Amino acid sequence: MRRITVHPILSFPPKKKVKFTFEGQVIEGLEGEPIAAALVADGIYKMRESINLHRPRGFFCAIGNCSSCLMVVDGTPNVRTCITPLKEGMKVEVQKDKGVLR
Amino acid sequence: MNAALAAADAGASALVVDRFQSLGGQLVKQTHKFFGWTTRGAGARGFELAQNWEANVKNHPRIQTLLGFEVIGAYRDGTWIAADLEDLHKIKPKRVVIATGASERMITFENNDYPGVYGAGAVQTLMNVYGVLPGEKYLIVGSGNVGVIVAYQLLQAQARVEAVIDVLPRLGGAYWVHAAKIQRAGVPILLKRTITGVYGTDSVERAETVGVDDNFQPVPGTEITFSVDVVLLAVGLTPLNELLFELGVKEYYIPELGGFVPWHDESGRTSQPEIFVAGDVAGIEEATTAALQGRISGLQSALDLGYAASKEEIEELKELLCQFRQSSLSEKVLQGLERLHAKGV
Repeated sequence: MRRITVHPILSFPPKKKVKFTFEGQVIEGLEGEPIAAALVADGIYKMRESINLHRPRGFFCAIGNCSSCLMVVDGTPNVRTCITPLKEGMKVEVQKDKGVLR
Repeated sequence: MNAALAAADAGASALVVDRFQSLGGQLVKQTHKFFGWTTRGAGARGFELAQNWEANVKNHPRIQTLLGFEVIGAYRDGTWIAADLEDLHKIKPKRVVIATGASERMITFENNDYPGVYGAGAVQTLMNVYGVLPGEKYLIVGSGNVGVIVAYQLLQAQARVEAVIDVLPRLGGAYWVHAAKIQRAGVPILLKRTITGVYGTDSVERAETVGVDDNFQPVPGTEITFSVDVVLLAVGLTPLNELLFELGVKEYYIPELGGFVPWHDESGRTSQPEIFVAGDVAGIEEATTAALQGRISGLQSALDLGYAASKEEIEELKELLCQFRQSSLSEKVLQGLERLHAKGV
């Protein structure tokens, strides 16, 4: 876990822990933090694959702008996980294609 | 927020739309104290400034907010659409202030798309807003204001910064006081050096760098490999101007201001009189000037609509903006603005 606990300026008030799944595996994060932040805190870096060459892609911009962290969340593709708040029970998967319309 | 507060104080109704769930843009992750005048927020930390303005915005009877909503369309009849995944709103504003900010620039090197390569601001967000460190050891590319400040903030979060590198022979736009701080803490600032690639299995495990000569060509034999799992790119920002392009606002390429920027006058008015710009989207600068620009554009747009905004305050704020830009760090911005204004509408 890479959570900052001691900081000279900031304090991080305790938040509710929630469970969610990443690729079927149950992990814990904090409610309301971006999904991608919860993954990074758990040492998970690969969030999607590039469409053609299937290269690993991860967190890059943190402002919902670059598309590097698009993942499949609860079956919905192209979710910008760096700005989407984490909720209990979310099903998060690595996105490997462009995603399809349902 | 400053534009909304200024316009609403003058009597207008304002709506603030932001794709984030919270107000304050990038200020929420700025833990360092700002320079300038204490009356204009200097001495305060960025996130404190954001909190103060946020409280004023939320308590203002004439300001509404729409958070987590993104502007996805603007039509010629003046209708704007803001939407999230479930809902959408049609809005017909009489004046619009666009303050979308900037995004980080990328540079080319092998495997620059690997997980572990981050925009410097992204790591700032992760650690200062969410309390998460994305790795153990860090290399920072770019010794501008952002690179050096993020290096210091990483140290505060007890991370290990191996080095800050910069391709230029001198420090980028960083304040000396910040650069001195990280050097005292043992972080070397290596000038005339660039990154050539990052390597690892599926994410960054090491970064290779090389020294460059006066023509920015690599010098053989000067390679240094850093064993790091995070590389931060702090190589400048470029305006988030997609909306402006779609609106057909007149834009010019001004490298000193970060790329394509909208033509605008001293009050932030663009080539389309009902559209104003403020902050980094109008040209890359910093938070103090963004706040001043926001206030000016808010007052001017209220004045346009016949509200009793103070013309004296507008002039006073313009004067403050000029004074703030007297610092040597604003030299480039002033050159850029001069070039922009020379272009005409």
